[in-house]
Amino acid sequence: MSVISYLIPISLGLGALGLLAFVYTVLSNQYDDPEGDARRILSDEWDDHPKP
Amino acid sequence: MSAAADPAQNERPSLAACPGCVAAPTAPVDLPQEARIALSLPTIHCQACISTVERVLAAAPGITSARVNLTLKRVLIEAEPDVHPHALVELLERNGYEAHELDTTSLSATQTDTAGRELLMRLAVAGFAAMNVMLLSVSVWSGAADATRDMFHWISAAITLPAIAFSAQPFFRNAWSALRARRLNMDVPIVLAIVLALVTSLWETMLSGHHAYFDAAIALTFFLLAGRYLDHRTRAIARSAAEELAALEVPRALVLVDGQEVERPVAELSVGDLILVRPGGRMPVDGEIHDGQSELDRSLLTGETVPVQAMPGQSVSAGEVNLTGPLTIRATAVGEDTSLHRMTDLVAIAESGRSRYTSLADSAAKLYAPGVHILSALAFVGWYLYSGDLRVALNIAAAVLIITCPCALGLAVPAVTTAASGRLFRKGLLIKHSTALERLAQVDTVVFDKTGTLTEGTPALIDDEHPSVELSVALALADGSAHPLSRALARFARDRGITPADVSDLREVPGHGTEGIWQGRRVRLGRSDWVGGGQVAQTASWLAIGDQAPHPFRFVDALRPGAAEAVAALLADGKEVHLISGDSRPAVEALADELGIANWQAGALPADKAARIAEMAARGQHVLMVGDGLNDTAALAAAHVSISPASALDAARVASDIVLLGRDLSPIPEACTVSVKATRRIRENFRIATVYNIIAVPLAIAGLATPLIAALAMSASSITVSLNALRLR
Repeated sequence: MSVISYLIPISLGLGALGLLAFVYTVLSNQYDDPEGDARRILSDEWDDHPKP
Repeated sequence: MSAAADPAQNERPSLAACPGCVAAPTAPVDLPQEARIALSLPTIHCQACISTVERVLAAAPGITSARVNLTLKRVLIEAEPDVHPHALVELLERNGYEAHELDTTSLSATQTDTAGRELLMRLAVAGFAAMNVMLLSVSVWSGAADATRDMFHWISAAITLPAIAFSAQPFFRNAWSALRARRLNMDVPIVLAIVLALVTSLWETMLSGHHAYFDAAIALTFFLLAGRYLDHRTRAIARSAAEELAALEVPRALVLVDGQEVERPVAELSVGDLILVRPGGRMPVDGEIHDGQSELDRSLLTGETVPVQAMPGQSVSAGEVNLTGPLTIRATAVGEDTSLHRMTDLVAIAESGRSRYTSLADSAAKLYAPGVHILSALAFVGWYLYSGDLRVALNIAAAVLIITCPCALGLAVPAVTTAASGRLFRKGLLIKHSTALERLAQVDTVVFDKTGTLTEGTPALIDDEHPSVELSVALALADGSAHPLSRALARFARDRGITPADVSDLREVPGHGTEGIWQGRRVRLGRSDWVGGGQVAQTASWLAIGDQAPHPFRFVDALRPGAAEAVAALLADGKEVHLISGDSRPAVEALADELGIANWQAGALPADKAARIAEMAARGQHVLMVGDGLNDTAALAAAHVSISPASALDAARVASDIVLLGRDLSPIPEACTVSVKATRRIRENFRIATVYNIIAVPLAIAGLATPLIAALAMSASSITVSLNALRLR
């Protein structure tokens, strides 16, 4: 049964990671324009570098 | 976008392009040296539109950044203070995009929705905790014993307690404010259930008992938060669309100061100011004509379609539209004192009356909340007397509260209204009021206004087999004027392939018509008394060629698309349809005949309309009023439920429960059917929830409910009611 002492922290950690990722998306306004963001990916005005 | 949340980055132009971070409350908004401009772009729909708009705007001089929001169909522009929105609107229109300026001050609340974001965050935390706790609970249910079970319970407690402390705050706050006002609302049993479940579970865990309800407490929070979030989304969408409608009318006026034209916000006008109103403009204030001659369209105020002549000395009311010549008016009443505002006050009074309508959910909650408390208190007292064991009694009381907890009320109603409003929004109907759907479902009588509601409010020429020579001369004259009748005439003639005659010395006489010289003869197109024509029943424009007898061009108000279908569908549905208009008898009668409306009334004053509706209501009818003008506002407010088109005056839109976004009227009958279905779903959901309770509550009271049974009953009822709601889509 000692395996659960690893597995439980791992499962909690992974869950927390997902939660953190979600919190980050909310805080960086990624749900303000879902439709526009979905279309922007089709833009042919792409560049090689991310914006500064 | 990664650094967008960092307010310090906001000064950098490329990052400020993100509309959300500009609006985020933590960011330093309103940089004084920069102007923010919002434009509504109703026609954009794809990636090409986004990049064209952004490229065109970015290339324009003085613009720091422009970012399109496709969901809201809007572009937010950061520009130097001297950049004028009109110039940008023209620029976009040249590039093929319809654009309207939006009043940024009235848009403020819609940008980043902080309340929605907060709810989403709580929902995410509750969801995370619920999943993990459920995982541990499953192991307990499937046989974990002794030390393992205790450890799982302790881990569950460690996750659940902080998660609930954060996520369930909205419920705690609502319940506390209700208790402080000595009332009971739905949140009181919710909070009691959550707290009691936590306390008994902790106690059980400490005594290494078998049953802990951590999973139930957190799952309950999660489901109820989901309901709250859905409810919030529906309202936020409606509010943002409603605000956009209001923001489309930018309240600015041209004021003459020492002979100079100065642009000022309407709120800053004062009595005695000289205000210039260009043709096509709307009167911002009540006043008296100081200079200029023109015609006024008062249809929004009175419902009359025939334009009224305007001359110096005549008084005008806010909301009238200037048609032909520029007018200078001297303000006699501004702001709150204008006739427009006095009407809006009437609406506010009527609104307070409407809030007396209690929604199905509220009336159910009123029965439910005390019932739940009494039941669990009885279970507690009964078990305590029977067994004498406080722990057992408390456990059972907690189980009863958890099982009866109003998931169906908290989730079922928002889920149904979200599904129904979403479906109607896609059809072009905006549900503004939270109980509008339920009220719409009861409607058995529909009252329509004529001008601007069933009709477009713009004239169309009647085909009287006009001779082509006359049409060609009239077309030449009509081209010289922006009057709606002239434009309708020109459109008609062009559709027939008529080319304009060679008329010289074209001159518009504001308020009368246009005249010119054709083949050496004077030709005039305009008002009957100016041209020397006779009298006809309809709105007419007369053409005189030299000394010949004048030729009349008669006009009708064109029917709105979908009006005939909407009326036919409502009649077929067994509803009583009325037409009540302020317009003259022949016009109303002709329209009523065309649409097959048997009950019509012409020449109705605003008070008459409201009185007729009050009379119908007194007979027990539930009236749906559809209208757009200021003369309809009292009636809109008096009706059981009301709809107004987006083209309506602000006051009328405020007074109505539902706004029709497109020009088409055909969604109205559909709204009625959807609302009936939605109400039926809500009732079904209540019934489903009751059935679950009837099965599970006796088990809980008998002390047979394990945490597994509680979790099953709760989740199953929440999921079934949500699925039932989704059937509406």
